[in-house]
Amino acid sequence: MTDTDQERDRNKETAFYKFTQQTLPACKPVLTPAWVITIFLFTGCIFIPVGLVTLRASRSVVEIVDRYDAECVPEPFRIDKVSYVQDDSIPKNCSRFLKVHKYMKAPIYIYYQLDNYYQNHRRYVKSRSDQQLLHGRKYHGTSSCQPVEFNNDHAIVPCGLVAWSLFNDTFKFIRERAELKVNRKNIAWKSDRDHKFGKKVYPYNFQNGTLIGGGKLNPRIPLSDQEDLIVWMRISALPSFRKLYGRIEEDLDVDDVVVVHLMNNYNTYSFSGKKKLVLSTSSWLGGKNDFLGLAYVFVGSSSLILALVFMLLHLRYRRPYRDTIYLPWNRKSLSV
Amino acid sequence: MPLTLDISLSQTRHCNNRKENPPIAIIPTSSFPWDPGFVFGMDSKTPVENLYSIEPALSSSSRRSNFSIQSKASGGNSIREVTFTDLGSKPVRYGSHGADSETNALSQKEINDEDARLVHINDPVKTNERFEFAGNSIRTAKYSILTFVPRNLFEQFHRVAYIYFLVIAVLNQLPQLAVFGRGASILPLAIVLLVTAVKDAYEDYRRHRSDRIENNRLASVLVNYQFQQKKWKNIQVGEIIKLHANETIPCDIVLLSTSDPTGVAYVQTINLDGESNLKTRYAKQETLTKIPEEGKITGLIKCEKPNRNIYGFQANMEIDGKRLSLGPSNIILRGCELKNTAWAVGVAVYAGRETKVMLNSSGAPSKRSRLETHMNLEIIILSLFLIALCTVVSVCAAVWLRRHRDELDFLPFYRRKDFSDGEEDDYNYYGWGMEIFFTFLMSVIVFQIMIPISLYISMELVRVGQAYFMIRDTQMYDESSNSRFQCRALNINEDLGQIKYVFSDKTGTLTENKMEFQCASIWGVDYNGGKASSVDGYYVQVDGKVLRPKMKVKTDPELLQFARSGKETKEGSHVYDFFLALAACNTIVPLIIDTSDPTVKLIDYQGESPDEQALVYAAAAYGFMLIERTSGHIVIDIQGERQRFNVLGLHEFDSDRKRMSVILGFPDKSVKLFVKGADTSMFSVIERSLNVNIIRTTEAHLHSYSSSGLRTLVVGMRELSTSEFEVWHSAFETASTALMGRASLLRKVASNIENNLCVLGASGIEDKLQKGVPEAIESLRTAGIKVWVLTGDKQETAISIGYSSKLLTSKMTQFIINSNSKESCRKSLEDAIIMSKKLMTISDTANNAGGTSGAGLTPVALIIDGTSLVYILDSELEETLFQLACNCSVVLCCRVAPLQKAGIVALVKNRTSDMTLAIGDGANDVSMIQMADVGVGISGQEGRQAVMASDFAMGQFRFLVSLLLVHGHWNYQRMGYMILYNFYRNAVFVLLLFWYVLFTCFTLTTAITEWSSVLYSVIYTSVPTIVVGILDKDLSRRTLLKDPQLYGAGHRQECYNKRLFWITMIDTFWQSAVVFFIPLLAYWGSTIDGSSIGDLWTIAVVILVNLHLAMDVIRWNWITHAAIWGSIIATCICVIIIDALPSLVGYWAIFKIARTGLFWLCLLAIIVVALVPRFVVKVLYQLYTPCDVQIAREAEKFQSQRATGALEVEMNPILDPPRR
Repeated sequence: MTDTDQERDRNKETAFYKFTQQTLPACKPVLTPAWVITIFLFTGCIFIPVGLVTLRASRSVVEIVDRYDAECVPEPFRIDKVSYVQDDSIPKNCSRFLKVHKYMKAPIYIYYQLDNYYQNHRRYVKSRSDQQLLHGRKYHGTSSCQPVEFNNDHAIVPCGLVAWSLFNDTFKFIRERAELKVNRKNIAWKSDRDHKFGKKVYPYNFQNGTLIGGGKLNPRIPLSDQEDLIVWMRISALPSFRKLYGRIEEDLDVDDVVVVHLMNNYNTYSFSGKKKLVLSTSSWLGGKNDFLGLAYVFVGSSSLILALVFMLLHLRYRRPYRDTIYLPWNRKSLSV
Repeated sequence: MPLTLDISLSQTRHCNNRKENPPIAIIPTSSFPWDPGFVFGMDSKTPVENLYSIEPALSSSSRRSNFSIQSKASGGNSIREVTFTDLGSKPVRYGSHGADSETNALSQKEINDEDARLVHINDPVKTNERFEFAGNSIRTAKYSILTFVPRNLFEQFHRVAYIYFLVIAVLNQLPQLAVFGRGASILPLAIVLLVTAVKDAYEDYRRHRSDRIENNRLASVLVNYQFQQKKWKNIQVGEIIKLHANETIPCDIVLLSTSDPTGVAYVQTINLDGESNLKTRYAKQETLTKIPEEGKITGLIKCEKPNRNIYGFQANMEIDGKRLSLGPSNIILRGCELKNTAWAVGVAVYAGRETKVMLNSSGAPSKRSRLETHMNLEIIILSLFLIALCTVVSVCAAVWLRRHRDELDFLPFYRRKDFSDGEEDDYNYYGWGMEIFFTFLMSVIVFQIMIPISLYISMELVRVGQAYFMIRDTQMYDESSNSRFQCRALNINEDLGQIKYVFSDKTGTLTENKMEFQCASIWGVDYNGGKASSVDGYYVQVDGKVLRPKMKVKTDPELLQFARSGKETKEGSHVYDFFLALAACNTIVPLIIDTSDPTVKLIDYQGESPDEQALVYAAAAYGFMLIERTSGHIVIDIQGERQRFNVLGLHEFDSDRKRMSVILGFPDKSVKLFVKGADTSMFSVIERSLNVNIIRTTEAHLHSYSSSGLRTLVVGMRELSTSEFEVWHSAFETASTALMGRASLLRKVASNIENNLCVLGASGIEDKLQKGVPEAIESLRTAGIKVWVLTGDKQETAISIGYSSKLLTSKMTQFIINSNSKESCRKSLEDAIIMSKKLMTISDTANNAGGTSGAGLTPVALIIDGTSLVYILDSELEETLFQLACNCSVVLCCRVAPLQKAGIVALVKNRTSDMTLAIGDGANDVSMIQMADVGVGISGQEGRQAVMASDFAMGQFRFLVSLLLVHGHWNYQRMGYMILYNFYRNAVFVLLLFWYVLFTCFTLTTAITEWSSVLYSVIYTSVPTIVVGILDKDLSRRTLLKDPQLYGAGHRQECYNKRLFWITMIDTFWQSAVVFFIPLLAYWGSTIDGSSIGDLWTIAVVILVNLHLAMDVIRWNWITHAAIWGSIIATCICVIIIDALPSLVGYWAIFKIARTGLFWLCLLAIIVVALVPRFVVKVLYQLYTPCDVQIAREAEKFQSQRATGALEVEMNPILDPPRR
């Protein structure tokens, strides 16, 4: 054994000794006024700029939101919207005019937004079979898909409430009589397409049952390419949500008017859900949402105020500090 | 015969009642109504141990008298072989104790047949006819391979926590309620069960192994008139067993004969009660001559059913048509070792699990800590909170279902009807009422961790960790006895931080119980050595071999000179008599031990009373070396000349006379009586008219000895005339052969002869204070802990020890209560209360005048004795005593019995909510140790009973300071914080889940994946809290010891109280709201999917919870860093792994969301916003209303460099840290 080895051993031993005696070297931070004020100043200095940048990013997003579910029901049917939407014989087309109030740079994302739609309802969330989506008819354990599991004793592919209630309004965008090209590829997560939805699974008996819930699928396209379904099946967290419909890859100028021809197929009337069409540009932050920016600015300024308050407190009521003399028992002996 | 027995029975009982001196020999230690008068050195002994101090060699007084008469008749003074011819005489034990046990044995020995076990000697077949007695194989292992799984599970599920786990898991298996997947819900329970099972299995394997070794040991057993080797496990009750020296005893055996002609066997009971000195056991006279190999021994032993009293045994033996009674001195117990006896033969009466040692092997008592009791209340609040949350959810769900009842059939996200079979069925809908009920149950499953089950497991782990550090603490390591601190109870660590009362035994606890002969007053001359005393080892040479006493004693040169001068001078003869008395008048057995040097032999004095040992060692140092003690004579080496004295009679110590005496036949045929005893009892039998001056000076010396804290004994002597001796002898013979009331008869005989003594002198023995005791008491008192000393010693000794241990100071006003009736007790108590109130008001006004309050109270000390306590305890005066004691800063109780000790502890414990701690070392402290909230045993000289009964055991009293002020303080602070933190940690998660439920139609969907829910309390957040619970220190050891007042934090319950609980809960509410609503608002109406936002919530809450902890960590060492940051990293890794499994819903979510800036901004905002209120409150509190601990912490941080030098000097001797 060399000397260094021995030394290392000794060190190890003393380290262990220190451990057992609970005297490991330790840092013991103590909050002093200086530290506290610095921490608040620092927080304020970080949060206000970040908040402003965030706010700017949010403000830079141009968003056109159009609620169409009420308007798109013809006047005579407005009393009973549910029967309107359920009646296949009535044409569902509807046109909306969207005015661009600010220059929108491509890509412009097209979302449909549903409000008061509880995609996160427990029954709904559970009613799907991820295995079947991947393996198709080969997979038999589809009991979780109830109540939309079988059609004529064959498992529905894809089964479950989620797939069954696929959103099926369609949108066409026309600007100055020319149709705007909408890119509907790559709207779903690549990871989902590659690993969660089978490349050889075809929806051969989808939406054939007695009760039609929503959109139908082209039985000749495998599930991995049914991007609308994939988007729909990524369950939304909140009861008010947007889902990506496609992208317009042309810029829109101020005062452009976009005519939207839409098929108002999807039934949200039965539970008074709202349907909205959203055209939105995007920033690094995502969509338009001022909340976080405002929150940051608010927190930042509160921190600065707190720093100020502590500074004043410190100047006004400076506590005699860091001396055991101020322990009560020592204080007593002092005054006596 | 039966008739006689009956009569004797009633009469002895009567006699016992009258004397109010219950039989000592057979009753268990704890129920002994102590006679407050065990004088020398006995105060910390069990009465039963005293029994063993009976002069060992004599078992037949008739034989002895026989012999003494012979020697007298022959007139010779030569040493002659003792021949025992008169063996047919009635076996009579000698001395009052022996007689006591004998009579008592008779009085209680009519064991009913159904309560008795019948053992046919040497007839195991007949004995075991009915298969009712256990064999000798033992089984300490709990499980076998077959029973392991069911039994272990059964034992584990004794814990309520596990049952809660199980119920939740079972609920979750119901299809209607399956909130989590099957695996996820069972996993945590399975892990816990598995870990515990593996631990149990390993422990049990070790027990199996040791059982096997134990069971296969060999012993020689009589089979067909021949001793054969037999495995222990095959030994049966009724078999005759032969033991050889240094063998371990395989089962409980009644002695039949030994190698010693008088039937004595010495056993070492260290495995049983930890006492290392030898105990003597006797074979009955009648069985001594039976040689098992030759003649068939037949007989019947009728003994009591197996019980766990190791000091009690009652039986009788019918042999040769005679009926003999057997007591605890006739039995040797399993686990003891035979010593100094070539062989011993006995019959097995209890075997295997029915032996006393096995019946006594039980675990430590289980206590529950104060903090945990408080905590359980908070847990009930949390349960109510849980029920409230579940009720809110189910009511909301009900309202929702009601309002949407018409839409339910077709709601795309609900769809009650199932149309797939053609006919319409309700799908998973059980009606409105059931849906509500199921919702409730499901919410219980989802919110289950509101009840912090993991907290119980964490607490156990933390306590183990804390115990580890307490055990490893080198400052609680006793080098002299090589003993570490022991944690026997693992669940009251934190109670150590809240102790308000310490009840301490004196002997062996405050003092070392190593008696040291200090000074002597002989014939009115005080020899206290002065400065000139030296420690010379006296030795004698025999056959070229050096024989020296094992212990060296400080000697006074002048006295040594006199001792050597022989009997010629007057002083010399007094000194001679004095030391002869010391060497002879005792029950010490000298043992010769070999040393590594073959020419040197050590002589070791074995005896029960340390005082006697000290006296004999002292005598040896002055040249009166006791060499040999047998039944009838002693050999004393006097200044190098061996002399033999016949022991004609010995009156043992008893608590009535408080003295003992021995009658010695001198080689010149003169007969002298030597008496030694407590001063009070001796001066009443001393002839006052003789040597008045000497008596007076002796009394003065005694006074000065006892006020300097020495234990005193007075020695007296009288020469007996032949007629006197004859009278005594016949009386003694009659008394010792008497069938009834033998004890009192013997006592009377002794009293009759012990009179008109001439005082020889007095001895002063120092009961040395243990190291650091005064400092320790000082620290404890400064810490606001009230120290009460409860001792069996007499008042003067107790007060002097009180002064020397700084318990009492000269500034104190003392109230001494010594009363002999209830009325006088009441009066003195009331007077004392009035006085103490007066004192208090005086000091108050003085203080008010001085402008401060509370400082400089006149300290009051209460000194009360056992006799007064008899009238006070268990009467209405208790309350008065308690009031008085509360006003006193010191309470000293002297002459108290073990049960009174417990009574005093109970007095305080039942009347206040303050925590009590009892510390003691002897068997007489057991009841007190068990009564107190925390029992501490000193593993010292006196055996292990105190340790066995205690929760913590340590080597020295002074370690109490480290234990309470340092470890207690830390443990309390850590545990208090940990409990609050665990409440917070679980509640914040539950609330987070709850908020989300409000946004999912109250259907208990969780955005956080079920695996994260399960792992949250297992992996994500568990390690840091345990590490902090074990390692964090609010203050350094040095600060805590320097300012013992800091201990007050525990008294004031600063670390865990209702207020903190509610503040924590409000903080929890705020933090959970922040964690939930910031992402909610930031992502409202966006494309965010459930898994992604769930991941955000998971990571946010874990980081938040860990940073919350980090904010409160006081000392950051590398382990803390590793635990906290490691947990956060581990969480991220777990989340990534969960999201990398394609089969789970959240596939790839974390990778998607972590790529967006919004995620990180949310995270930062959550953590800052959530922690700001807590931080602000903490800062305000710390800066503007700092607690003591806070100030001390700052001082520690900023003053350490400046004051290092000063502190080093101040470090007190409690602390001399053993450097390596």
